[in-house]
Amino acid sequence: MTVLSLVIFLPLAAALALYLLRLGDRASVWTWIVASAADLAIVVALWARYDGPGIGYETNARWIPSVRAGYHLGVDGLSLPLLALTTLLFLCCAVYSLRQARRARTFAALFLFLETVSLGLFAALDLLLFFVFFDLSIVAMYFVIAGWGHGDRLRSALRFFLYTFFGSLVLLLGFIGLYLGSSPKTFDMVELTRNPPLADSPGLAGLVLLAIVVGLAVKTPTVPFHTWLPPAHTDAPAAGSAILAGVLLKMGTYGFVRIAMPMLPEAWRTYAWVIVIVGVVSVVYGALVALAQRDLKRLIAYTSVNHMGYIVLAVGAAGLAGDEAARRLAVTGAVTQMVSHGLLTGALFLLCGVLYERTASYDMDEYGGVARVAPVFAGLLAVASFGSLGLPGLSGFIAEFQIFTGVIGAGTTGAAIAGGIAVLGVLITAALFLRLLQRVLLGTPGTLTARVTDVGAAERAAIVPLLALALVIGVAPRFLLDLVEPVSSAVIALVGR
Amino acid sequence: MNPMMRENPADLLPELLTLFGAVLGLLTGMFVPRRRQWIAALVCAAGVLAGLVAAAFAVSGPRVMTFDAFMLDPVTHVTRLTVLGSTLLVLALGFAPMRGHRRETEFHVLTVFTALGTIALGAASDLLVLVAAYLLASIPAYALAGFGKDGKGAESALKYYLMGALLGLFMLTGVTLLYGLGRGTSYETLALGLPSGPAVTVGVILLVAGLLFKAGAVPAHFWVPDVTEGAPPVVATLVTTVPKIGAFAALFRLGAEVMPHSWALTIALIAAATMTLGNLAAFGQDNVRRLLAYSTISQAGYLLVPVAVAGRTDLAEPALLYYVAAYALTNLGAFAVVVAVGRDRIGDYRGLARRSPLLALSLVICLLGLIGTPPTAVFVGKVLMLGAAVEGHYTWLAVVAAVNTVASVFYYLRWIVPAYGRAEHEPPTVSRPAALVAYTATALTLVLGIGSGIALSLN
Repeated sequence: MTVLSLVIFLPLAAALALYLLRLGDRASVWTWIVASAADLAIVVALWARYDGPGIGYETNARWIPSVRAGYHLGVDGLSLPLLALTTLLFLCCAVYSLRQARRARTFAALFLFLETVSLGLFAALDLLLFFVFFDLSIVAMYFVIAGWGHGDRLRSALRFFLYTFFGSLVLLLGFIGLYLGSSPKTFDMVELTRNPPLADSPGLAGLVLLAIVVGLAVKTPTVPFHTWLPPAHTDAPAAGSAILAGVLLKMGTYGFVRIAMPMLPEAWRTYAWVIVIVGVVSVVYGALVALAQRDLKRLIAYTSVNHMGYIVLAVGAAGLAGDEAARRLAVTGAVTQMVSHGLLTGALFLLCGVLYERTASYDMDEYGGVARVAPVFAGLLAVASFGSLGLPGLSGFIAEFQIFTGVIGAGTTGAAIAGGIAVLGVLITAALFLRLLQRVLLGTPGTLTARVTDVGAAERAAIVPLLALALVIGVAPRFLLDLVEPVSSAVIALVGR
Repeated sequence: MNPMMRENPADLLPELLTLFGAVLGLLTGMFVPRRRQWIAALVCAAGVLAGLVAAAFAVSGPRVMTFDAFMLDPVTHVTRLTVLGSTLLVLALGFAPMRGHRRETEFHVLTVFTALGTIALGAASDLLVLVAAYLLASIPAYALAGFGKDGKGAESALKYYLMGALLGLFMLTGVTLLYGLGRGTSYETLALGLPSGPAVTVGVILLVAGLLFKAGAVPAHFWVPDVTEGAPPVVATLVTTVPKIGAFAALFRLGAEVMPHSWALTIALIAAATMTLGNLAAFGQDNVRRLLAYSTISQAGYLLVPVAVAGRTDLAEPALLYYVAAYALTNLGAFAVVVAVGRDRIGDYRGLARRSPLLALSLVICLLGLIGTPPTAVFVGKVLMLGAAVEGHYTWLAVVAAVNTVASVFYYLRWIVPAYGRAEHEPPTVSRPAALVAYTATALTLVLGIGSGIALSLN
């Protein structure tokens, strides 16, 4: 039993304990909090003691030797921040769910299961193991939306399941392509990264890349595979939305950096411009559609498409020819954006939940003047919104600044144009977040404003740490960047092969 | 590649033990009073258990051909283990509902005979033995289909019988043709002596027709939904699980050892049609047994994929064997839930989670398992199956299988969702013994999935 296995399976053990000890609803949520806090503490300790670069805390056990798939775990500068983000977000959602009244034990068990799955995915160094966690995340989230959502939850959950499950099967075909193309045949990520498969058959490599990119793009999601996201987010419970946006979407972008780029470098370089275009379209389209929303939660869901677009743009630009330092910067920005988006959008969705719990409505036109009745809520929403639109001093700025500098600085005309268009996305996002703040917080009170009360202690305890960390990353990002930068150089070197 | 030949009855020990148990059970049943017929059931089960143990010990043995017709190789070993294991679960499932039934002993004995025929089907490497095995596996099953002696049961039994008789006749015709063309009935002779030509193709198609009937694949699938709905639930469990195992083993053996030519494309087309048709037909079903019936048809389609690429890739054999075992367990688990709940409408499952959380969880795991969600056993089977398809240069078939899998999510979820919904009426009461079988099967699918490395390294 290694420390990483402990981190991964601790939540699952806690989930089983909920049933074995027949804990009540309240005790269940407290167990969830304690388990997540313990997990967070272990991950922070792992971070502190990690002496990179390279893979730390590695475990490699035989699992299915006949196809050379192993129980291979390990962390590096790419997975550590995401592990930390995952444990933190789950802890915050646990605290937030102290108010959860309906079937809290099952709710806690599902989230603990989901935590195990998410942590396992970010620590997996074997494609099959990665896929197992990738697939299970869909199942767990399906039950969260179908069981505790609102509105047309069954339909949204089904759509979520069908879309992402389709993506995962296409991804599986891609993984099988990688496996069959490697020699000796293996599912081991480290070996596949060392000897990229299909190096001498570019046509096949292109097809395998297509499968992997489509599979990951559904999960990320990028235009045109994003249509499952708005309904799923709108109808999911607040904690579910926060995890979906904060952790599950990262599985897609993480896959780009961990699997697609280093394992199919040549194909990635060949088709990098396609990725760039998809990224730019996602950025602009996501922002424009978000601008048109009346529904607060849908709006935030669409900004996720926009924010994920920056990441896709950055990893695409990393495969273009051009200045190496700039492309490194783009990758660093992409990883920072994964963390930043997790923190800020997680906080935004929890804040949405605060409103919904009091008024059962996301319609922004029915609010107005909320700042007067709920000043703390207003302050938190303002910080999260400003962070999300990329205000300097918060994590979003650090991420997006690096992405734009990297993409535009790469030196090719195409990249510069793409970067230029993407900057437009920031403008639109700024406009829509300012409009959001205006419509909800300021102005004359709407029909529902009277029913809004300020955030409670549990809600505050859940949301403040996320924003505080976004602020820390915004002001003093070195601790994160020091961890990520070696990975970016490694990825750029691997793509350049 | 030439296996050792010998004629040692000890090689057939698992079959002999099972047969002995069944005959002894039949005799016991004749002489004990009705309220003690359970003794006969236990004797049958003991025979199967003894056979299972013997089969497990035989796994490590060498590749041997016994009596010129019975192959002992990994395909046979897995067929034996899966068939006997599934049969044991079916017997356990049927024990309580059949208690005190007028023909209690007959149920158990006929079930064991079906299993014996199925093993012979999977192990045969001679066309004549194959035909005999086909009959041995079919006839007890016909009788079982009409076991309830009610209208629906009689209809389903008749349909089952007529279809089986017709396709059995096709099969015999095919065997005759191939015998004439290849001058022998043993697979070895046929592999060397079979010319290629339209007559051979016709013969092969006729031969395969019978096996497709047993497998419940398109176009011989019409009996599956009717029998599954009309026969008693335990029998439905048996006929959708056990005979398929042998049929796929036999198809695979034919594909790998005898026919290298147009085989792959034909079977690939049948596979694509089977999975697609099964899935499409399952969409509208409101009766869970019919839904499961169509699901078994679509699963038959996936199982035909490794059959199609038999002999073209090393992955085909583990893919088939693993998938078939995983399918048998998972399907059994799902049917066991149906038996435990005892109701057939999807709406009747409303509130199951509240009534029996563990049974609802078993249902979820089995249905998600049938979809192929990790870490259940079917997931590993599906990965191997897709890998075999891609490596055998049938990537399009892998894509069709993947698309079908996504489509199947829809109807499996239609069943899962009400189980977690609020009950309008009193939620159904649950039969404990059947629920225990469901738990066992479900746990085994998880064990087989997570411990797949161990299972795969055995063959």
